[in-house]
Amino acid sequence: MIKVLLFAQLQEESGQNEINLELAPITIKQLKELLIRDYSIRTFDNVMVAVNEEFAQEEEVVKNGDIVAFIPPVSGG
Amino acid sequence: MKQSMFEISQEPLSVEDLVAKVTRRECGAIATFIGTVREFTQGKQTLQLEYQAYESMAIKKLQQIGQEVEEKWPGATVAISHRIGLLQISDIAVIIAVSTPHRKAAYEANAYAMERIKEMVPIWKKEYWHDGTKWIGDQAGETPYPLGEPHGGGESHD
Repeated sequence: MIKVLLFAQLQEESGQNEINLELAPITIKQLKELLIRDYSIRTFDNVMVAVNEEFAQEEEVVKNGDIVAFIPPVSGG
Repeated sequence: MKQSMFEISQEPLSVEDLVAKVTRRECGAIATFIGTVREFTQGKQTLQLEYQAYESMAIKKLQQIGQEVEEKWPGATVAISHRIGLLQISDIAVIIAVSTPHRKAAYEANAYAMERIKEMVPIWKKEYWHDGTKWIGDQAGETPYPLGEPHGGGESHD
């Protein structure tokens, strides 16, 4: 199982802050396409991805047990 | 002890607490930065702000900033606390305290830490206006990350 975490506007668009999916292995790129198709996410433009709390690239393959967080442009401070 | 130097908190932040965390006998300077909720941004009135964080990763990234500072300014000690939840005008959103043997490094390291927070710590703010709300990305709202990862600051350890 993959745990997907959504924040800020992505959370509002999808109406969910956490989604558990039985899809591994899958690339982040494929995961994005699925979330846009099935979870009302409008866009992942400018959105970073972290796998297990480290920034990752689109080509990375996500495995069972991974936590994938989609991180819109940050605005702390 | 290292852990509590970097915190995400639902509760109001205390400057005294942060200063106490970095106070050391070998230091001659402590620089503090206090980020507060601003009422007007480019003429538009903010009613309140909501901050959200990916807490576990945010703390890791704050710790990373602390390490970067200690590498760039040897002898510096850093503490950072960021508040989340609903904040009102003039509430404190973030405090950075840096102690160093001499003052110049304290100012520089403190400014560096704030820039790095704005680049890569997973914290977001939502503006509430009279006519709506919006999650704000990177202040200006428009920084693309073509490499999928922010790459600011100088990661001299790489």
